[in-house]
Amino acid sequence: MTNGNYDAIVIGAGHNGLTNAAFLAKAGLRVLVVEKNEYVGGATVSRELHKGWKYSNCSYVCSLFRPEIYNALDLGRHGLKVIPLVSSMTFKQDGDYFGSYQDPNIRRRELMRHNQRDADAVVRFDADVLRWCKLIRGFLLRTPPDPGSLRPRDAFEFAHLLKKFYELSEDQIYEFIRFFTMSIAEYLENYFENETILAHYSGGSIIGTGLGVYSPGTAYVLLHHAMGDVDGNVGAWGFARGGMGAVSGALASSFQSHGGEIRTDAEVAQILVAGNKVNGVRLASGEEIPAKTVVSNLDAKRTFTKVMDANDIPPALLKRARNFKIRGSSGKLNIALDGMPTFPALPKDSPLTLGHMHFTDTLSRLERAYDDWKDDRWSADPYCDTLIPSQYDPTLAPPGKHMMTVFVQYCPVEPEGGWTDDKRDAFGQTVIDQIADYSPDFKDLLLHAEIRTPRELEHDVGLTEGNIFQGELTFDQLMFNRPFPGYAQYRGPVKGMYMCGSSTHPGGGVMGAPGANSAREILRDLRKPDTTPEEFSDD
Amino acid sequence: MIRPDVIIIGAGHNGLVCAAYLARAGMGVLVLESGESTGGMAAPRVLNDDYHFPGLAHVTYPISPTIRKDLKLDQFGYVVGKTIDTIALGANGQHLTISTDAISGNRLRKADIEAYPEFRKQYLAFAKSLSPLFNNKPPRLKNMGFRDTATLARLGWNVRMGLGRDTMYEFLRVAAINIYDVLNETFDNEQLQGALALDAVMGSAMGPRTPGTVLTWLQRLFGELNGAASVHSGEQLVNALTQSAENAGTVIRCNTRVSKILIEDSKAFGVELDDGELIKAKLVVSNADPRTTFSSLIGAPQLDTMFANRVAQIRGSGVVGKLHLALSDLPEFTGIDPSELTNRLLVAPSMRYIEHAFNPSKYGECPDDPILEITLPSTHNSALAPEGHHLMSVNVAFLPYDLNGGWAEQKKTIAYKVISQLERYSPGLKSLIVDHEFLTPRDIEREFDATGGHWHHGELSIHQSFMMRPTYGAAQYDTPIDKLFLCGAGSHPGGGLTGLPGRNAAKRILELGGAK
Repeated sequence: MTNGNYDAIVIGAGHNGLTNAAFLAKAGLRVLVVEKNEYVGGATVSRELHKGWKYSNCSYVCSLFRPEIYNALDLGRHGLKVIPLVSSMTFKQDGDYFGSYQDPNIRRRELMRHNQRDADAVVRFDADVLRWCKLIRGFLLRTPPDPGSLRPRDAFEFAHLLKKFYELSEDQIYEFIRFFTMSIAEYLENYFENETILAHYSGGSIIGTGLGVYSPGTAYVLLHHAMGDVDGNVGAWGFARGGMGAVSGALASSFQSHGGEIRTDAEVAQILVAGNKVNGVRLASGEEIPAKTVVSNLDAKRTFTKVMDANDIPPALLKRARNFKIRGSSGKLNIALDGMPTFPALPKDSPLTLGHMHFTDTLSRLERAYDDWKDDRWSADPYCDTLIPSQYDPTLAPPGKHMMTVFVQYCPVEPEGGWTDDKRDAFGQTVIDQIADYSPDFKDLLLHAEIRTPRELEHDVGLTEGNIFQGELTFDQLMFNRPFPGYAQYRGPVKGMYMCGSSTHPGGGVMGAPGANSAREILRDLRKPDTTPEEFSDD
Repeated sequence: MIRPDVIIIGAGHNGLVCAAYLARAGMGVLVLESGESTGGMAAPRVLNDDYHFPGLAHVTYPISPTIRKDLKLDQFGYVVGKTIDTIALGANGQHLTISTDAISGNRLRKADIEAYPEFRKQYLAFAKSLSPLFNNKPPRLKNMGFRDTATLARLGWNVRMGLGRDTMYEFLRVAAINIYDVLNETFDNEQLQGALALDAVMGSAMGPRTPGTVLTWLQRLFGELNGAASVHSGEQLVNALTQSAENAGTVIRCNTRVSKILIEDSKAFGVELDDGELIKAKLVVSNADPRTTFSSLIGAPQLDTMFANRVAQIRGSGVVGKLHLALSDLPEFTGIDPSELTNRLLVAPSMRYIEHAFNPSKYGECPDDPILEITLPSTHNSALAPEGHHLMSVNVAFLPYDLNGGWAEQKKTIAYKVISQLERYSPGLKSLIVDHEFLTPRDIEREFDATGGHWHHGELSIHQSFMMRPTYGAAQYDTPIDKLFLCGAGSHPGGGLTGLPGRNAAKRILELGGAK
């Protein structure tokens, strides 16, 4: 049990909390992670909700996990194995399909099959995206500077950013600004003509957001998908063997190997503050655990409106926390299948079933899906990111059976009149019907489906309003504005209090970067050696 | 003028401002205008010989005091119009009145009434902090000149020191987001939110939820720094500018359509008219929109391919139609005293309503219930219509430029639909209509020679603003073609009757040595 002698307490055993705790423990601190659920992982879990099947029932791909963190925490030795994902595809309504293969020659041939000019444009497109990728990747494992500060450290950080910018040519600087402020649809229209190709490459940019393909600010999300696979950086974009629980499992194991302790079933009721300093936490059970450093892996809204006393924080910050934009927009179906469903549009044994499968083949279908969400309805014709990872991970389903994960965009925080189980099931049925349109035997193979709306995400995982990124990724909540202006350096309003969740820079996705960045700031304040990895460099 | 120093294509208000500045600097300026009179989108439109409508600009802000002084506009009859309020129309006569510093209406909550003046003050301060950017050519971000550095330094100072730390934080937070979230954070009343959001989206292909609508609103508020809105002063402004330009020696030829900008060795040396006449000049300045300038008047073969590609990608399809109604009497509006009809009336009862009006336009469809901005210019000047008669001028959004099935077939039905919608607020309106004109975005494109029929000659989205307006390579008013400049709303800082693109362009031309 608790020996009452911790240097730091991390609230929440999500992947960022565990990453943060592991780096702190590695630096020699005595660290305790407290978790409300009986299992660790937060939204990075594998759960057996249907006997014999393992669901990664929240996050489902290791798209962004930073390889620097993987190496620094020795996650391979702690059992994390990432299987690269190789393809994605979109079914067309006319019975055809578009496949995006990893092999550039095959991808080019497939583009040519749909549009000759798009096949030419893809070369320019790849080169441009790779350039932005390399630029942005350098900012992920750095603490954003505070524009309101006059300290040398912030000035140096701004100077560093400017220097990176100045490595670009003048035209590239403008192109970069355009890239950051354009909608994904318009950005892609600079390169491509074919409707299906546009829809295929747009889809990824709306995942988890309360924005549509025509909303400015969606183009840069492309990077989230390019960052892993552009330079053959295997391990950055793929499936965790054993489901996403393997990620949190390896992080927990690494943490524990450095002497860290985890307590599950230990919900924190309040962060204790005395004299403008953190003093520990009080659990829901009433037990108090003292510590001079407390790190919250909870989203910023929950942190400041639920587990901190309003009297302990400045009123302006409380107002910001209440106004923090954290609307959920996604749903999820986890499906147990009696066998491999067939997709008649694809040739027999097509490798395309191994990757992402989508069913939305025009930009206007994608945009209309968004219009539904704006009116607090789930999309009548949603964008579904569908994967069947059991095809190469036998640990997920019994032999001959399969597990399908379907990420659904859009699903409202609350439909008119609120969620009911019937409404949740109707939402699930919409998704099942869409898939069945392209797979006639799908419904017959369906053994069990777990349907998750933002309500379930909030209730089970603790993500406020079911937002998968712990806060929307719009300009007002990015970089030095994330989560709030003046609080983007991972420090809270009282001494010893920190944030390490996806609510902080650089945001959501199973990336680990917020956890690592936060650990670096904490170790700096405590004058401990920095155990976190350097920024990415591959060239 | 045998051979002018400068030819300006288009006598819109920016072309006139640019002409007046250059003429005052001693250059021989020839303005070529395809229409019958000067003014472009701000020129009046006469219906049935008797009804003088205000053109597209029926609500305007005073022109910048600098331009007013430099061009001696007061001397040429420019008068700032009478300040108007905004009345947000609600069902059953439940209206709100919104003025520059207060709101009133019987269903408003005290919190909203108290929040409004502070909110306005804060956003006007944001707009003001951007002044160095609006009042100068957009700085280049690399290879900066002295002026560029000065502009950025002043901008930085204004934002950091002028606003103060906390206000700066707030500014950096909201600058690039949507008006929807900002208004939801600040106000409860849906009708108030709708009326305020309308100003952020009217004229743009954006709904309240579209990121970037705080910026479009700030651009509008920037105009308001010069004074409050008024009805129908566009014509006065155009007349004053025309006279000021002519007084300085500018020659203006109307009914003269330029068909081609003449270029040799990547250098402009004159224009060709549609009747074949050639006019040579040392400089050519285009007040036409960038797509017309580069794609129609020049043509891709004369341009760098990457540049031509960027021009072709400029987003600028208009989404606003204009309905002009000639009325036999002053219409009645439920719940509004006739003396209040001098104000601007809005039909945009909530942000959701606006978003619903915007949604169909994305798919080439017309909304069932468009948003409307209504003025009655004849209540300010009875001479605009025959004795006892009145004018109603209505902006209608969002109407798609590319309407599925085409405009020709559906124009009548849609005009009728808008009139029926007006009838809901003004019973009996239909029986007063003597004549009408309905301009769709396609008509605006044709009537005002603006590709896409967009008010601002190009969307005021962030990626088409500042040093990216209309596109980089032509954002500092000079273009990849030597001796060719831009001076229209397609250039920084964009549309509205500010005159700033024209003034900034003239300054740039003189900075680069004028006609030497």
